[in-house]
Amino acid sequence: MTIVYEDRGDEDTSDVPVNRIRFTINGKKMVAEVEPRLLLAHLIRRGVGLTGTHIGCDTTNCGACTVLVDGRPVKSCTMLAVQVDGRAVETVEGLSGASELHPLQEGFKAEHGLQCGFCTPGMMMAAKALLAENPDPTEDEVRWGLSGNLCRCTGYQNIVKSVLWAADKLRAESS
Amino acid sequence: MYPSRFRYEAPRSIAEAIALLREGGDDAKVLAGGQSLVPLMKLRFASPELIVDINNLPGLDYHREDPDGTIRIGALCRHADLERSALLKARQPVMAAAAPLIADPIVRNRGTLVGSLCHADPQGDWASVVTALGGFVVARGPGGRRTIPIADFVTGPFQNALAPDEIAVEAIIPAPKGALAGGYLKLERRVGDFATVGVAVATESSGGKVTRAGIALTGVGGSTINATAAAEALVGQPLSAESIRQAADLAAEAARPRTDHRGSAEYKRHMVRTFVVRILSRGDGGEAAAGNGGEAGAGNGSEAGAGGGTQNSAGNGTADGGAERAA
Repeated sequence: MTIVYEDRGDEDTSDVPVNRIRFTINGKKMVAEVEPRLLLAHLIRRGVGLTGTHIGCDTTNCGACTVLVDGRPVKSCTMLAVQVDGRAVETVEGLSGASELHPLQEGFKAEHGLQCGFCTPGMMMAAKALLAENPDPTEDEVRWGLSGNLCRCTGYQNIVKSVLWAADKLRAESS
Repeated sequence: MYPSRFRYEAPRSIAEAIALLREGGDDAKVLAGGQSLVPLMKLRFASPELIVDINNLPGLDYHREDPDGTIRIGALCRHADLERSALLKARQPVMAAAAPLIADPIVRNRGTLVGSLCHADPQGDWASVVTALGGFVVARGPGGRRTIPIADFVTGPFQNALAPDEIAVEAIIPAPKGALAGGYLKLERRVGDFATVGVAVATESSGGKVTRAGIALTGVGGSTINATAAAEALVGQPLSAESIRQAADLAAEAARPRTDHRGSAEYKRHMVRTFVVRILSRGDGGEAAAGNGGEAGAGNGSEAGAGGGTQNSAGNGTADGGAERAA
């Protein structure tokens, strides 16, 4: 893959380091040649072309870029792409099947858990990890688990309801 | 934003990592959790030419207790591991109180305690906790290992005592002699913001008297503040309302807060006093005073409940109003 940077004339371009990495994204095996300074968020969006992962604040605050790396949520604007060598990345695109929504997506729909939708992919990925660890969370535990993800629209009420809705559905499916 | 150009190496052994650091000299940086370093590189406050990623080094993700009660935290032990640690909940109330208050849950999945000590941010929480507990950092370099007391390790804001070819591989919390109590309280405007004020208190008691005490302050000075006079005021007697008040006053005196957008210097100093009283009044004997356990909404110790309520119940709703309402 090729990533194009603006040449601001302040960096030596004669010997650009490139690392070859292998990883999976939503289960699919990938090989990429990346410059080490490429951020994971950019690898996902511009390299793989999955634009469901959003870059919001770009300063490790907002959580819109949250993806799962080996099952754990991370802020992909704050991890280098080369660091996923040998690891499994999951993005919001990996939630749904070809024809049906993931219970989290259904929950956000049923409980109106989004308005502009910008924070939603990060919220869902953080919630996915939360429910994997704690399938029956209290409202407080959901709020605590999502406290690294900012939403400027909803006031969080319906996001919390959406995650609790998904938790109920996932438990019903597995019982 | 993206960092300036650098070479990336991910060694598989500590010896290999040290050799790379030696080669890179002042232009090399160790990458562990990256939750401070990567943002700094994106802002171009740091522009290392060589990144030595230690995430693939085996056997550094532990935290464990030695038979004598010493607690050891490896360089790749994440904040989230400490937050979920049954060991800390049972044995180390001060660290157990602090772990859930570090940054936010997603950052805690990557960031490390040892990395936080190396970063030496005056607003970093772990440096205060480890200072109050009288801890150490173990460095590995070409010449072998050395164990550095935390007071000597943090040499100033964003500065530590490591040589360019040394890696901090472990933090050590010495075994308490007697019953350990204390906690960590933090005032923040919202989850993930830097501490407006953080206070770590640790006491060891036996025979009804405090035998050792440590008090350290976050965010109220140019570096982590070790409030030694405040801690000394507790030693050699049982905890009493009088000794607690005296320690709280001395801790407030040791603080060097500045008025900024997070609050006035006067307010921050007041919160130091309040937090010392609150931590010491909740724990006695060996009882744990967990930073966000015990009282509802005490998670980050807000007086008015605006900041504290945010932490425990609202998640992140009150971004900027918190400090003003709490003030």
